[in-house]
Amino acid sequence: MKRLAVIAVAVGAAFAIVVPLFLKPYGIYLSSTWAVLTIAAMGLNLTLGYAGQVSLAQGAFVGIGAYTTALLMHAGVPYPIAFIAAGLVCFSIGWVLGYPALRVQHHYLAFVTLAFTTLVFLVLRNEEWLTGGTYGLSGIPRPVLFGWSTNGPVRFYYFSLGVLTVLATGTWWMLRSPWGRAFIALRENPIRALSLGLDTRRYTLMAFAIGSSIGGLSGAVFAPLVQYIEPLSFALNLSLNLLLMVIVGGSGYFFGPFIGALVAVLLPEWLRFIEGYYLVFYAVMVMVMMAFCPTGILGLVERIVKAVSVKRSPPQPALQPEGTSP
Amino acid sequence: MASFIQLLVSGLATGAIYALIAVGFTLLWQTSQTINFAQGEFVMVPAFFILEAMYLGAPFWLAILIGIALSVLLIGLAFKLIIVDPMLKHGVLPLVISTIALSLFMKEMVKNLYSSNAQPFPALAPPIDLHFFGAVISTQSLVVLAVAISAVVALHLLLHKTRLGRSMQATAQNPTLARILGIPVRRMVLYTFLINAVLCAIASILISPIYLAKFINGETLGVAAFLAAIIGGFNQVRGAIFGGFILGILDNLSAAYLSSTYRGAFPLLILIAVIMWRPQGLLGRVEERTV
Repeated sequence: MKRLAVIAVAVGAAFAIVVPLFLKPYGIYLSSTWAVLTIAAMGLNLTLGYAGQVSLAQGAFVGIGAYTTALLMHAGVPYPIAFIAAGLVCFSIGWVLGYPALRVQHHYLAFVTLAFTTLVFLVLRNEEWLTGGTYGLSGIPRPVLFGWSTNGPVRFYYFSLGVLTVLATGTWWMLRSPWGRAFIALRENPIRALSLGLDTRRYTLMAFAIGSSIGGLSGAVFAPLVQYIEPLSFALNLSLNLLLMVIVGGSGYFFGPFIGALVAVLLPEWLRFIEGYYLVFYAVMVMVMMAFCPTGILGLVERIVKAVSVKRSPPQPALQPEGTSP
Repeated sequence: MASFIQLLVSGLATGAIYALIAVGFTLLWQTSQTINFAQGEFVMVPAFFILEAMYLGAPFWLAILIGIALSVLLIGLAFKLIIVDPMLKHGVLPLVISTIALSLFMKEMVKNLYSSNAQPFPALAPPIDLHFFGAVISTQSLVVLAVAISAVVALHLLLHKTRLGRSMQATAQNPTLARILGIPVRRMVLYTFLINAVLCAIASILISPIYLAKFINGETLGVAAFLAAIIGGFNQVRGAIFGGFILGILDNLSAAYLSSTYRGAFPLLILIAVIMWRPQGLLGRVEERTV
């Protein structure tokens, strides 16, 4: 099982590195979009999949990150600093947004974060002196890093893939640290976690803040990718789509967001022939999946692999529970 | 003062519609822990059933009846049997995701079948302006108020004065005990879904002449219903009614007197305030948390 997973990840990584070389510019652009969406969904997976806090605000954080980056770059700040600033701004706002999560759970939290997303959208649209209102911000330059320009589709794709790799490694490391364990404890049984001496208050805020800051960083990559941002891109729809990506891929699975974002990017392209109905198809797919396999695509894969391996080898007396071995 | 009365009446009319939608929303929550993210689309779609029936040659009154019947069948019965029932065993979150997907499905279907243009929808009353103390009030607002209030009163009578209604309340409050007392719990839950469909259809008939029938209408209406339900109190029908009226009036008054560009923000700020200081809602009861 574990070896299989390693092979799958290696094949996936090879694909991500090699395939875009053979694509037309539009295909490479889609690949970069995939990388950006994966980063954002990975942040949400941390908040939702691991810490169990429903958030409909991830799209807003992508927006805050993108606007922060664009505004700072227009002011002449170098990209790396703008990038870090986007993460820090979203970290602090995410921390504050975490406070309602201490008071309320589940659907209430979904509504608070939904309200937050709408408020951010209104601010982006109405504060023209800062954000350019409905006209948005244009002319965001592609950054030059250590003398290496990211201008050009393939170059920018590798830049976004690089950011994705760094953030994914960081997230992976964090999830294996005591913090990651604490997040899972928060999801599984908050009251028990509290009784075991876990500072649930701090960890809830932390889960929100870190997940949001990763969303902000994805916005910091998104802004130079599209080079033009406007409020509508970060309305409630984006947050809902990111939520669906996490769930479709498999919430609480590390690679769930990677798969979910891939489906969200590829599906409209593959389903060109049914034109406007592709979202109808997507919606039906999500509903069917929720009815039969609410753990998402990776949950389904895990179930199939388990069924096959159980058939092949007779049941062992002491079965290691999945996901607990390192 | 005249404009204040005008705003108040139109706020009450919008609020009455919000209240209808929010009441259905809380009914589903109370009896089956269904948080319906497609509630706004449930209000958007019946208008298109009615338009379709009229297109096929039915007179308006018959089209309304057909629209309500189709709503009961599709967004009541079919929703319950196809979407909610298979999902309940998985818990709250998968059902939430599923209703989000359902709202996407309904929006896209209407957009594909009907184009994204707004369709005109006939009003229940001829638009005559009445003058009271200098304020101009349209008959439409009054009709909306009258229909919505009678629907709410009828629902109240059903829930509190009939055996059926009391059985439904018992189901909402304690399903296990209700079953022991011999109440057919499953059928009662189904009834709340049918009632929700009727309320949504009525709201659709009332609001479509004002907003026109458009695939995107559900988004604002759905959010308004959530807000009303949470502000008033999720576990109380009268809370949802109260929340709906507050929201409608506030929306109209704040747009006129405070800031029209931030019109959408005031209800959200109130929502956040309510959740922070009185999470059970202004009229709600505290629900015990189970370990």
